[in-house]
Amino acid sequence: MTPRDTASDRLRDRIAARFESPALRWGGIGLILVLMAVLPAALGQYATVIMTNALLYVVLALGLNVVVGFAGLLDLGYAAFFAVGAYTIGILTLDFGVNFWLALPVAVLAAAIAGVIIGGPTLRLRSDYLAIVTLGFGEIVRFSARNLAITGKASGLSGIGQPWLFGWHIATPTDFYFVFCALAILAVVVSLRLENSRLGRAWLYVRHDEDVAEAMGINRVAVKLAAYVTGAIFAAIGGAFFAANLGAISPESFSFTQSVLILMAVILGGMGKIPGVILGAFIVILGPELLRNLGELRLMVFAVMLLLIMLFRPSGIWPKRGVRS
Amino acid sequence: MSVFDIISHQLVNGLVLGSFYALVALGYTMIFGVIKLLNFAHGDLYMVGGFLGFLSLSAVASVVGSDWPGIFIAMFLSMIAVGCIGVVIERVAYHPMLAAPRLSILITALAVSLVLQNTVLSLTGGQYTAFKTDLGFGGINLGSLFISYNQMVLVATSGVLMIALHLFVTRTQFGRAMRAVSIDMDMSQLLGINVPVIIAVTFFIGSALAAAAGTMAGAYYGSIWYFMGFLIGLKAFTAAVIGGIGSIPGAMLGGLILGLLEAFGTQIPFIGSEWKDVFSFAVLILVLVLKPTGLLGKSEQERM
Repeated sequence: MTPRDTASDRLRDRIAARFESPALRWGGIGLILVLMAVLPAALGQYATVIMTNALLYVVLALGLNVVVGFAGLLDLGYAAFFAVGAYTIGILTLDFGVNFWLALPVAVLAAAIAGVIIGGPTLRLRSDYLAIVTLGFGEIVRFSARNLAITGKASGLSGIGQPWLFGWHIATPTDFYFVFCALAILAVVVSLRLENSRLGRAWLYVRHDEDVAEAMGINRVAVKLAAYVTGAIFAAIGGAFFAANLGAISPESFSFTQSVLILMAVILGGMGKIPGVILGAFIVILGPELLRNLGELRLMVFAVMLLLIMLFRPSGIWPKRGVRS
Repeated sequence: MSVFDIISHQLVNGLVLGSFYALVALGYTMIFGVIKLLNFAHGDLYMVGGFLGFLSLSAVASVVGSDWPGIFIAMFLSMIAVGCIGVVIERVAYHPMLAAPRLSILITALAVSLVLQNTVLSLTGGQYTAFKTDLGFGGINLGSLFISYNQMVLVATSGVLMIALHLFVTRTQFGRAMRAVSIDMDMSQLLGINVPVIIAVTFFIGSALAAAAGTMAGAYYGSIWYFMGFLIGLKAFTAAVIGGIGSIPGAMLGGLILGLLEAFGTQIPFIGSEWKDVFSFAVLILVLVLKPTGLLGKSEQERM
């Protein structure tokens, strides 16, 4: 694609330049935090539940963004790690009576191990093989959840308890909204820190030119594996709290469509750009709420948008400044 | 049933499954050969082929009936239509992306797949459509083994299509040009091969083969729905990888091997048929880990 410097790009740069000043930036962040805090009281329970879902998607999309946006690997089975997190919590708390907070690190560990098992052998291969292997892996996890007795077969697990945190019983939708607010903020901070780290620069390098990166002494496979496992950890944490929030999980929550929706959130907003990914997550969740009467055309609209974005604006709706296609 | 009965019964099942996998895998491998693209939308072309075959059959059934002659005519119409859809997809979606990073073109292919799926979803409401035919249940008995005429016609038709493709690729000018493009696109262009035409022909043939498989599968199993291309797309890719991606005989071989593996996999104690799909993905991952070039493929450097 040829680089284009359209009027909208210039306008965006001018607006962005205004926000360079620290006072405005901190003011903006403060404003967002205040809005997040008053939202449940202002908009009522229905909007709070929708926003909780959107914030879960922010966490998942930021996790997938590490894999797709930072390291440039296509993962089509991301929901599998989300499932590993949710089912680990479900099985440990229900069958073994383990406390949620003790089960959480186990869920993270399980997802990380799954990431190494599936990524380890395949990250050496062509990048499109990885895409299809992750797709296959996503299906294996879903089929296994549907066939195994321990995961409750097709009906899934229900009655997963709500956790306590220092005497606070996280029980109401508003409680979970604030928990997901905290998780989303944590995900943003970790993403920002990762992006500017030594590892983040290595990902950038590998994404742009694998061979040169390797020639410069970057261990290509190790760096990709790190991205893959980091993404898996984000998904596992999201899945753990998702299970605690709903109290019930079933294999169909972790279908291929789920993986695709998370991927759309990453791509619509702009791969690799954190505000873009957050915007994408909100579009994917809030869009269908605003376009209720679309019904089954919902995914169709996203699919056409995805195609148009790839063809005409490959860097997303809100891409990184200075990086055009 | 004796052990021999089980083996011969699964052999027939495996051949039928394998013919479908092989036909779809051929398109994967041919398209991969010329433009090094993993066409995620390929399984969906199989699905669209099933639906267009169904529509064509409804249109011609009053004249020729809906037994095999009618199905062949419907299959032929569906192949032409889906072939054209394949060519349009290549021109509109993939062609502008050929120079873009690999991640972009993969996502574009995924988007095309979703557009096809959701178009059919919104037209059918996500319901299974009954693919009504007048195919009988007749067949022949070989000892205790029963083979239906439908199974025989299906395997034979797939065989004829594959032989025709093989002759086209090895004996014609077009086929030679196609092989040249898959080895080195730039050099072929310099030597006067009309590369865009070759790419279009490849997409046409690959998509048409998927449509043939889709129509036959619809008629054989008796129902079609918008998501039927997803699993077979994955499995056909597995078949293409087993045979060695980019290799046409490899795709045929890989399809048959996967079909047989799956048929016999259901007979392994403690595994059972609900694990059938997991089994083929496990095969895919094992092949990629142990022998990524497949049985007949050549090792290859990643495009930069």
